[in-house]
Parts: sequence; structure tokens; C-alpha cells
Amino acid sequence: MELRTHISVQNLNVFYGNEQALKNITLDIPDKNITVIIGPSGCGKTTLLKSFNRLIDSIDGVKVSGKVLVDGENIFDPKVEVTRIRKKMGLLSQKPYPLPMSIYDNIAYGPRIHGIKDKKRLDEIVEHYLKESGLWNEIKDRLHSPASRLSVGQQQRLCLARGLAVEPEIILGDEPTSALDPKSSQRIEHRFLVLKKQYTIVIVTHILRQAKRLANYVVFLYLGELIEHGPAEDVFNNPKEEMTKEYIKGIIS
Amino acid sequence: MRYKRPLKDKLASKFMLILTILSSLIVFLMAFGLYQRSRSILATKSLTELLFSTSWHPLKGEFGFFPFIMGTIWVTGVAVVIAIPLCLLTAIYLSEYAHRRIREWTKPLIDLLAGIPSVVYGVWGVLVIVPLIKNHIAPFFGRISTGYSVLAGGVVLAIMIFPIIIHVSVGVFSSVPYEVREASLALGATKWQTVKHVVMRKAMPGVIAAIVLGLSRAFGETMAVLMVAGNVAKVPSSVLDPAYPLPALIANNYGEMLSVPLYDSALLLASLVLLMVVLFFNIISRVVLTRVEKRVQ
Amino acid sequence: MDRRKIEENIFKSLMLASTFIILSSLVIILITVIVNGLPAMNLAMITQTPKGGYYLGKEGGILNAIIGSLYLAGGATFLAILISLPVVLYLNVYAKKGSRLVIFTRFSFDVLWGVPSIVYGAFGFTIMLFLGVRASLLGGIIAVSLLILPIMSRAMDEVIRMIPEELLDASYALGATRFETALKVVTRQAMPGILTAVLIAFGRGIGDAASVIFTAGFSDYIPYSLLRPAATLPLAIFFQLGTPFPEVQNRAYASAFILTVIILIISIVSRILTRRFTKHIVK
Repeated sequence: MELRTHISVQNLNVFYGNEQALKNITLDIPDKNITVIIGPSGCGKTTLLKSFNRLIDSIDGVKVSGKVLVDGENIFDPKVEVTRIRKKMGLLSQKPYPLPMSIYDNIAYGPRIHGIKDKKRLDEIVEHYLKESGLWNEIKDRLHSPASRLSVGQQQRLCLARGLAVEPEIILGDEPTSALDPKSSQRIEHRFLVLKKQYTIVIVTHILRQAKRLANYVVFLYLGELIEHGPAEDVFNNPKEEMTKEYIKGIIS
Repeated sequence: MRYKRPLKDKLASKFMLILTILSSLIVFLMAFGLYQRSRSILATKSLTELLFSTSWHPLKGEFGFFPFIMGTIWVTGVAVVIAIPLCLLTAIYLSEYAHRRIREWTKPLIDLLAGIPSVVYGVWGVLVIVPLIKNHIAPFFGRISTGYSVLAGGVVLAIMIFPIIIHVSVGVFSSVPYEVREASLALGATKWQTVKHVVMRKAMPGVIAAIVLGLSRAFGETMAVLMVAGNVAKVPSSVLDPAYPLPALIANNYGEMLSVPLYDSALLLASLVLLMVVLFFNIISRVVLTRVEKRVQ
Repeated sequence: MDRRKIEENIFKSLMLASTFIILSSLVIILITVIVNGLPAMNLAMITQTPKGGYYLGKEGGILNAIIGSLYLAGGATFLAILISLPVVLYLNVYAKKGSRLVIFTRFSFDVLWGVPSIVYGAFGFTIMLFLGVRASLLGGIIAVSLLILPIMSRAMDEVIRMIPEELLDASYALGATRFETALKVVTRQAMPGILTAVLIAFGRGIGDAASVIFTAGFSDYIPYSLLRPAATLPLAIFFQLGTPFPEVQNRAYASAFILTVIILIISIVSRILTRRFTKHIVK
């Protein structure tokens, strides 16, 4: 399998105050594939994910060194407009956080802030992405009711649609199924498998079986260090590092 | 000896329970006490007549509160109009933009503003704001004013309610989960767009409660207003006119009230009206804020 | 530059401007008080009572108001502690968590906190009519203690609520009764917070004028009994500023200066106490 690099991380260090959350990470994330970041909790998975869209910027006392290249451009370059970077990526967080507005406005929020005002265009966008996230049939009759009334599973798919509506190239998922019931989780996972044809997907998870179901490429972090990364079959079937073996067997968790 | 300790515990418990119940009933005691004393004036005229009559002649037995109520509304209105934009912008700055160190520095200063006694605000109003209005603001609009005016009262009151509005709003903003901001930022929204469309919307009920708390503060504030508002018992028609707010009326006539029949009853009725209005505002905003707090937990 | 960026910058500068205006209003007020008050300060000002009739004489100082205020705020604070402390201990040690009484009491203190001080004055006045007491130190103390009760109680409540449940359990496990736990463990653990609450309440009490205008009266003399009228700093400011005599007005400025200094000291001390307290809580 020929892998084209989409996100390239080079010597990335992240400090929170005096604590080092990521230690000298260097890795390439392939285009149009699902990359799964695994590792025990507190190992820096989420920090790595959120440094891709620079959401770590707003944390008090954070210091970053090194580079993250997206499409060859270093996103930590001070000249870079951070909103443009974020527009390239959709984010799914652990729990769905619908914005305090209607279902329709949740999807239209992104396109609107990026300057689309035409009502017909917005209608089309909303419909298209609700279909894309597999939610359209369930809610097409109540587009203008508050998004908070949806079930948690539906909310997460709404958040997916909301993220897709800004036409990103990358989808970031931070344990996106951890708050969902098994049925809803399955739906989200199914979406990822469909969407990977068009998008680069990076998911953080601590569920090993989910990682095995989804991953084309695996990144294993432990206490802020990159232990091993590579194509999924290689990492899962014959890991090079002792630590990875133990983690996959469930000895460390 | 063996029974003494549990007995002491029981007695203490009963005593504390009684104190707790009593002190939580103070509001009712207040309303009741003031009502008892207002009954003699309410026996002569109906409440609506007293509230909407403009005739204030205590010696003739005429106690029309309307000019004072309007005075209060004018002064409070000006204060709120000045305070809302300044406080909201400051609260947004402190909760969304400012570094932690700036926040830590600003908070005690704003608390200090809350601690300054209202007569000191009054002194400041008399020495700074009143002359400013008399010598610069009124002439600028081609008007003559002594400076003792609705505007002076409003400015002083606005500063007095800054701390409470800012304090409560900052609390409300910080109750908005960080992840909701993240969701908006992740879509490529700027920080200000996130604040405007997401944080403000989510915080709106709490922010309104904060403003209402400030408003009711201004509504009942006495000494500072008494010192700068001019105290003329006429409905003001512009911000450069003097006003005579209700609390100022109560405070200003403590001397005469026992020598004129019904005067004390009228003033205590005025206090009761003030208490009721303020209670109404406070209860509503506290209920809203308790909900906001619950959402956090 | 794109429009969103411009909007962001406009609002950011508005925010900075607002914060600046609000903080500078504090500075201007403090400067006004210092500039007018400091020149009026001298030894006679703080060691003598006003001479020559109902606060209109040109000689003398404001000792009556300083002492009167200290008596009044001190007495009211003491009375308020006697009520607040048992109530707060009851809410946090005895009452069931989340019971209706607890919720209602906290709510009613929150609401009381918003009641204007002039209403406390008027209510105090009705109590005095009921008891047949005239404007006096005692009347003032009653009104002011009611005024600062919700402030003190809520401030104490906030710190005592922070005490971890485990600490109480540890005390019960040793066989202590709730009363002993409340007195020996809770109050000791929360002492800096309780002191801060007391200080804040004292500051509020000493600065309030509207609640004492009916109830404490005013006098050129230092009160020697609870039933005598007492002068207070805030009313000394209010009455003396309103006179046409510069010498008398000077006494108002001096009073404002002293009052502000007292408030500043209280604010600084309580900040130090809070800092010390939170240090203990974190570890």
C-alpha cells in the first residue's frame, strides 16, 4: 500500500507549565486513511490530536516546540492564520457538544462564519451533510428544533455533520464513541469507514478492539513518548517493541 | 458523665436549628414589620393612588410617590445603560481573553470597588462628577444645570454596580463548558465569533440575571444618589434634570417624619415598596443563577 | 485583512478600553479621596470631638465618629457572629445535604444580600418603635447586624462547604459528637476563612450609612452607653459635606479618608488570609 503523507509531525514537544506532555514526537500521518492513536490514558493522545488543529493554544501555560506540517505547511508558524488551519479539520470530541442553537443552525454555523449567506446554498449544505452523517432520515422533519433534544448518539452524528460542513480534509476524533451506546458507536464507526475514501481520519481511542476494526495505520504513545507507529497489520500482528506487545496483550493498560 | 455529651449535642442542635429557621425568615419579618407600620397610610388612600399621584405635600397629608418612583427609574436606567456595555465587555475580556495573571490582578481591584462605602462614592460624585456636568457637559448641550442631576446619579450608580455585574457574569461565562467553545473554534470560527454566537447565547440567561442583580442594586442604593441627584420632587424630563429617587426620599426625611402625621407611615410604605421590587428582581435572578450553577455540576 | 479579523480587533480594543475605564474609575475615586482627605488630616482631627454645637463648629476633629463607628461596627459584627456561626455550622454539619431547609436558608441569605441598606434601616426603625428604643448605638447595632448577617453567613458558608467530608468522618470515627466536630474540627479548619468573612462583614458594616441614619442617630459626643446616639464615619461625611463651611467640610474629607483607609486595610488583610487558606486547601 502506497501511503502519501498528509500530516507530518517533526520533533514536537508540548509542555504544560513544567510538565512535558509530548516528548519529541516525529511521525507521518497518511492521506485518506484511518490513523488510530492508541495508548493508556494520560499518555498524551489527546494533546497530540489537539495540536493538529492548535486547540492546545488556548490552554494556560502551554509551550510548543517543533513542527506540524499539514499539506507541507507548518501550522505553528506565527504567520499562519489559525482559523484557516482549523477549517481544514473537523473535530469530534469525547462527548457531543451541540452548539446552543437548532439542528439546522448547528450545521449552518460553520458555512455561515466562513461567509456563506445564501439561504438555498445553506439548505443544500445542511441536507447534504446530514445525509453524509446518516442522520437525515431521522430528523428531517424537525430541523429547527434545538439540537440539545437529540439523543446522545444523534448528537454525535450531528457534530460529525457540523464538522464536515466546513469542507475539511481531515477528521479528528477524540475518543468519539466513548459516551455512546454500542449501537450508536457502531453507526459512527461505520461512517468513518465510508468517509475514509474522501478524508484523512485521525482517531484517538483506548478501546483496542475499536482500533483493530478501524485502523489502517497505528500510533502507540506511552507517557508522552512515541513508542511505535506503522501500518495496522504490522503493529497489531508483529509489534517491534516490547511495550507495544504488552499493551496489545493487555498487560499494561 | 456518659450522657452529658450526647445531651449537649442535642441541645446545641435544637438551638442552631431555631436560629437557622429564624434567620431564614428575616425577609418575611421585614416585609411584615414594614407592612404593619404602613397600614395607617394605606387606610387613608389606596396603594395605586399613592403610587401614581404626583402630589407630594406631607403637611397637607398628600403623599404621592410617583415623582420619586420616576426619579428612581430614571437614575437606575441611566446607570444600567452605562454599565451594561462596559461590564459585559470587561467580563468577556476577563473570562475569554485575559491571561490568568491579569485575571488574578484584576479581581481584587474589582472587589475593592465593591467594598468602597457608598458615601465615599457620594463624595467623589460631588467633587468630580457634579462639577463636570455643571461646567462641561450641560453647557456642551446648551443647557444650564447645577450638576446635581439624573446623569450624576446614574454615573455614580453605574460604577457602584460594575463589580456585581462583572463578578456574576464572569461566573456565568466560566460555567459554559470549554468544549462548546472548542467545537466552535474547531470549525474555524474566530474567538470573537465563538463568543458572540456560542458563549453569549449559552450564557444569556445568566447574564440577564447578572444585569437584573445590578439593576436592583442600583434601585435601592441610597446615600450616593442622595448626595448627587439633586432631590427635587418632580418627574425628571431629561438626564440633566434633578431627580429625587425613592431611597433618597426615605433617608432624607428621617428628622421630620415623626413630627408630621402619617409621614413615618408613608416613608415605611415607601421602604416596603422598595423591598418588594428588589425582592422580585432578586428572586428571579437567583433562581436563574441557581440553574446555571447546577448545570456546571 | 479579512473582515472577521477586523471585527475581532475592534471588539478586543473595546474590551480593553472597558476594562481600563472600570479600573481607572477605582483609581480616580481613591485619588479624589486622598487628595482631599490627606491635607485635612492632623492630630487634632483624630484626637478631638467637634467643638461648638451640632457638628457645625469649626474646631475639633472626628474622634466621635471614629469611636462611634468602631463601637457600632464592632458590636454589630459580634452580634452577627453569634447568629452566623451557629447557622452556618448547622447547615454544614447537622442538616442533611441538599435538604429543603438548607436550600431555602442559602437562598434566603442570597436574597437578603440584595436588600438595600435603607430597607434595613427602616426595618430597624420599626423594631425600635416596637421596643420603645430611640435612635441609639443599640438601634444602630441591631440594624447593621441584620445588614451584615447574610454577607457574613454566605462568606462563612462558602469556606465551610469546602471542608472535605472525610475530615468530618475522621472526627466521628474517633467518637466525637457532631457538636464537638463542629466546634473543634470545622471551625479550626475553616478559621482563616471565617476570619475573612468577619472582616468583610465588618468592612461592610463600618461603611454603611443608610441603615444607621434612622437607627443610630448622630452626636458630637462619644457614646458612653448603648442607649446613647452615636456618630458614625459615613454619616459624618454625609452631614459635614453638606454644610457651607470649608472647615466642617474638611472634617468630611478626613472622615472619608479614614474610612477608605480602613476599607483598604480590610481588603488587603482578607486577601492575605484567603491566600493562606487556599494554600492549605490545595495540599
